[in-house]
Amino acid sequence: MASTKNEVSSLTKEKLVEMLEKMLVIRHFEEASIKAYQQKKIAGFLHTYIGQEAVGVGTLAHKLPQDSVVTTYRCHGLYLALGGNPKAGMAELFGRITGCARGKGGSMHFFSKEHNFLGGHGIVGGQFGVGIGAAFKSNYDEDNAVSMIFFGDGATVQGTLHESMNLAALWDLPAIFICEDNQYGMGTACTRAIANTDIASKAEAYGIKGYTLNGMDLHEVHDRMGEIIKEVRATRRPVLIHMKTYRYFGHSVSDAGLYRTKDEVDSWKAKDPIQVISRGLIESKGLSEDEFKNLQKKIKSQVQEAVDFADESPEPPIEELTQHVYMDEAGNP
Amino acid sequence: MAVMEMKEAINQALKEEMIRDEKVFILGEEVAEYNGAYKVTKGLLDHFGPKRVIDTPISETGFTGLAVGAAMMGLRPVVEFMSFNFSFVAFDQIISNAAKMYYMSGGLFNIPMVMRGPNGAGPRVSSQHSHNVESLYAHFPGLRVMSPSNPADAKGMLKSAIRCNDPVIFLENELAYSLKGEVPDGDNLVPIGKGDIKREGTDVTIIAWSRMMSLAKAAAEELAKEGIHAELLDPRTLKPLDMPLIAASVKKTNRVVVVEEGHYFCGLGSQVAESIYRDLFDYLDAPIQRIAQGENPMPYAANLEAATLPSVEKIVMAAKQAAYRA
Repeated sequence: MASTKNEVSSLTKEKLVEMLEKMLVIRHFEEASIKAYQQKKIAGFLHTYIGQEAVGVGTLAHKLPQDSVVTTYRCHGLYLALGGNPKAGMAELFGRITGCARGKGGSMHFFSKEHNFLGGHGIVGGQFGVGIGAAFKSNYDEDNAVSMIFFGDGATVQGTLHESMNLAALWDLPAIFICEDNQYGMGTACTRAIANTDIASKAEAYGIKGYTLNGMDLHEVHDRMGEIIKEVRATRRPVLIHMKTYRYFGHSVSDAGLYRTKDEVDSWKAKDPIQVISRGLIESKGLSEDEFKNLQKKIKSQVQEAVDFADESPEPPIEELTQHVYMDEAGNP
Repeated sequence: MAVMEMKEAINQALKEEMIRDEKVFILGEEVAEYNGAYKVTKGLLDHFGPKRVIDTPISETGFTGLAVGAAMMGLRPVVEFMSFNFSFVAFDQIISNAAKMYYMSGGLFNIPMVMRGPNGAGPRVSSQHSHNVESLYAHFPGLRVMSPSNPADAKGMLKSAIRCNDPVIFLENELAYSLKGEVPDGDNLVPIGKGDIKREGTDVTIIAWSRMMSLAKAAAEELAKEGIHAELLDPRTLKPLDMPLIAASVKKTNRVVVVEEGHYFCGLGSQVAESIYRDLFDYLDAPIQRIAQGENPMPYAANLEAATLPSVEKIVMAAKQAAYRA
């Protein structure tokens, strides 16, 4: 674990509060989704982002409108960090027509056109090609964008990562490969799945730069990713980032987490980015306890509004079943 | 009207569409400097440069996935598989990503992308290089599947495929790349989903596509000598099928033979037959006959290869059976 920069604040109070707010939205949204799942309002798979908030929020603080983002089935956090509407997100989980994918994608397939959010993807490693394709488009159109490709530690041993890093390095594609190493691929510890767990070192094989960051440390993620993204935007050379982080809950809601100890989980929770940042803001940036409580209250009610919105939204009309299979009618053009 | 080979017609379609729309680009193994493994992309690198005609490493998953992402962001990639046998390496990208993206994103991201290359048996290339993939890809909603039987269709169909806003599987055939035919001048489009009657007849409808249409034509000549007038129907687009055209022909002949190069079990011909039984049962005077490849991997030995593939003789026999003239 890299040394923590959490206590050393280089960011303004306003910027920190903005990012804290995003992390809180994610945290409360995910907690509400677990509750709704237990109430059987949500079904299927549900993979929460709780614990990993600093990675998404710290990185996406640097996203420009033309940049694109793609990720795994653990996609709610990035969608919200990008500014995706919590109402449309929750409605998607509820399978309603007002969802961000009209109730047809579900938990694993959030999308947002306005943010170039190219989806949550359900097949481990399936999103790499999509990500380098977006980077290819940036070069094709010379639009100065970068493509941020998020994936889990489990995907580092899929061939698709290696094919995609090779193509990105070969063709100078501005792809930022961001491994959210939450220590487990489903229930298998990364040490039981990955021959070389120094993930950043895999960059060397493709002649690109690799970095290891403390994904629990919002300052480190924010500051270092700011530098790295700026560099990729200029050089068009891909990079590989190893973010060390942790998910507090199981792989999905059906996972009881029997493969890890309470002590281990608690040791990571002690570094919780929301607690660290809020404490830092209160102790050294002049945020009052009341202001923080009000912030939490505001976000809780915002999330409750999203739950109510989802609950009250209608299911997709039956005609929706056969819509969006094809864009063109047969016979066209 | 110029006479040209199938590969030249496909080349013209690519070139004309790339001139028409700068979002169209080609990528694949050996498509640029080598001018294409079968010379389909000959001259395109010289004309359009390396930005739009791109040699890839042997990395089907990587470059097919890249094309999906580029298509989501608004480009119009044409992926060449040196052979559709290699598309299996990219199967997840084709099925889980290209075919499903528009639907699972609730209509936010469509995939205007063509995947093309030779399908079916090459000459004596054994088990791993002789697959027919139409029934596989036609199974999945979200994909369109097209397969031309002559140069004019190849050009007009590929132009439509490139302009289509959905992913298209475009199946060519190595053994038909040198097939010659007249190709109309100008910007002629063959619409997706429109089949064609290649020969009029009254006694039996033979439905065949791609290289099998050449065999069906030879079979029709043989049958004519015996007074059996076969109607040859080329669906051209295999998904969606042109059921109105098939219905009109079946209502005329009341007898059907379906010919495909792929294996018998779950072959596309079984779907064609089922669609006819479902919609046109009362018009049939005989059971539908199917000709397909045997239920074994493709062997290398010449006699075994010939034995497992459809042939003119097999089609003639099937037509006679359908016409109760066997």
